[in-house]
Amino acid sequence: MSDAVADKPQAITSRHDARYKVTLYEHVGIDNAWTLDYYLEHEGYQAAKKALTTMQPDDVVNEVKKSGLRGRGGAGFPTGVKWSFMPKPDGRQRFILCNGDESEPGSFKDRYILEDDPHQLVEGLMIAGYAMSATIGIVYIRGEYHLGYDRLVSAIKDARAAGYLGKDIFGSGFDFDIIVHRGAGAYICGEETALMNSFEGLRGNPRMKPPFPAQAGVYGRPTTINNVTSITSAVHIIKHGAEWFASMGTDDSKGTKLYQVSGCVNRPGVYEMPMGATFGELIYDFAGGPSEDAKAFIPGGSSTPLMPFTDEYLSAPMSYDGIAKKGSMLGTGGVIVIPKEKCLVNFMWNCVRFYAHESCGKCTPCREGVATWMPKMFQKLVMGRGEPGDLELIENMSNNIKGTGFCVHADAAMWPIDASIKYFRDEYEYLIANGVSKYPRTTWWKD
Amino acid sequence: MTELPTIKPFFADKQDIVDEILGRYPEYGQRSAVMPLLWEVQRAERHVNEARIAEIATILDMHPTEVKGVMSFYSTYHEQPVGKYHLQVCATLSCSLAGADEMYDYLVDELGIVNGETDREGRFSLQKVECLGSCGTAPVLQVNHTYYECVTRSRCKHLLETMRADTLPEPWRERGGDNVGVEKAQPVKSPGAEGGNT
Repeated sequence: MSDAVADKPQAITSRHDARYKVTLYEHVGIDNAWTLDYYLEHEGYQAAKKALTTMQPDDVVNEVKKSGLRGRGGAGFPTGVKWSFMPKPDGRQRFILCNGDESEPGSFKDRYILEDDPHQLVEGLMIAGYAMSATIGIVYIRGEYHLGYDRLVSAIKDARAAGYLGKDIFGSGFDFDIIVHRGAGAYICGEETALMNSFEGLRGNPRMKPPFPAQAGVYGRPTTINNVTSITSAVHIIKHGAEWFASMGTDDSKGTKLYQVSGCVNRPGVYEMPMGATFGELIYDFAGGPSEDAKAFIPGGSSTPLMPFTDEYLSAPMSYDGIAKKGSMLGTGGVIVIPKEKCLVNFMWNCVRFYAHESCGKCTPCREGVATWMPKMFQKLVMGRGEPGDLELIENMSNNIKGTGFCVHADAAMWPIDASIKYFRDEYEYLIANGVSKYPRTTWWKD
Repeated sequence: MTELPTIKPFFADKQDIVDEILGRYPEYGQRSAVMPLLWEVQRAERHVNEARIAEIATILDMHPTEVKGVMSFYSTYHEQPVGKYHLQVCATLSCSLAGADEMYDYLVDELGIVNGETDREGRFSLQKVECLGSCGTAPVLQVNHTYYECVTRSRCKHLLETMRADTLPEPWRERGGDNVGVEKAQPVKSPGAEGGNT
């Protein structure tokens, strides 16, 4: 488990490290943590005050750059660098847009921040807004999160009444306010350009890039889009300093991150850990180990290629580079552990169906491939009507879909299929040859 | 849409709500209000019909087809009224591993309706939905706006019984990991020794 830390002996890469302290989720799960009173009692809005009254906007951007924070929504683009892409203020309205459309299967970290610690997000948006001279923050929250929406709206109302939002905050001359916008159940709106369209009252189809959002984003004005956790991480970077954040993690992945575990483990849930901790530490030491024999796991949300549940993969550090070396991606950090007795073809059929349902229909490879032919092929297999050659046809289709879609949705739908065929080809072949699954168990519901 | 004049406009006596929603967005971005206005109608009427679509279009100076185009893109706006209790079963990966498919079958058997249908009395609607962001507390059943998490067979039965008696139980807050509070999420020493969620 320790090979990843060899070159940087002092970096914190395990939650067992005594120096490690939970920050993002410190107040999640505690009653009334969503109220302004509670937040103020726990150093609330001190980081924003520090940024607004003692730092220049460029200092804030540089601090975030120095911390090494990378986007927590899945793509992993360095957050500080993204912030520095905003053009010089030219009199146009500028926006900081927070992507709270968390809908990647396996991911549920943002939901608890929105529900239990919404002031943390408000404070993060203030800091990000100040850093980029954006006076309007937008939170796009998925429509199903009713509780999170209500809590966030009331947090913003309280913050406004107490003078933390509005004109001339902390006497700094900086004005800031937040718009909360609800989605209505569309996975694709988590894609940043589709999200902007959805916010503007258009259909949630992705837009062509360039122009990038920093040039022409919401309403054609300069916009930066960040995940909820990227923005809340900025609060702690300002509070504790970039060095503190960079003291955790590996060379290419700094800081602390929220990992989510679901599937067949004893204690599913969100666990905050330093980057570079291993899957083994997460699954065994914190999630209590698999609750039954496991054969595979998805490392970072359904669109990341799954990996076999073996020591070789479990010992991989959960960092951008560490997982890439094993042929997968960190994604959102949503780990799903798959039990041995679950038919993997059936599992993938569920996944394929999801991407088919969520395809927006804008481009042909996705509409015809992801949303039409791929589910038909999988349905055929699952019904026991598979024929020799079907597997090759699926692989062929996958190769022709990847890289041809308008946005990354088509690729994201194909990666897990490829990986499942790579590691569990025998299950596909067994099903095609026998018409029944190698693992026919269908009862999973607990009494 | 010729029947428009006979239906009382939804927003006729709700100018304050319209003003509040429009006031959220900058004057050059009033079109953003289309989704909140749709939400407002649906919350009150459990669906959005053609007349309401036309009304929203007039408020925002859009064509009704544009409004309908936006509405039909999303899966949580309904063209037909849903029942008093709108049961939404998450059917995606983690929930399916926790028995969501069996829960759906159970509800079909119990209610006599399938995905997308509403029963004769208008009490129950059943819908299979995609990931609700409750994977750690799977399987999840969303009733109207409320998440019911870790829904076991006995809990599902209990839920149905209470809804048939026209009430809804308080949602039990099931949580795991750091989301129960950090101090409770300490590492376990021996792998696989502990059970349960909380």
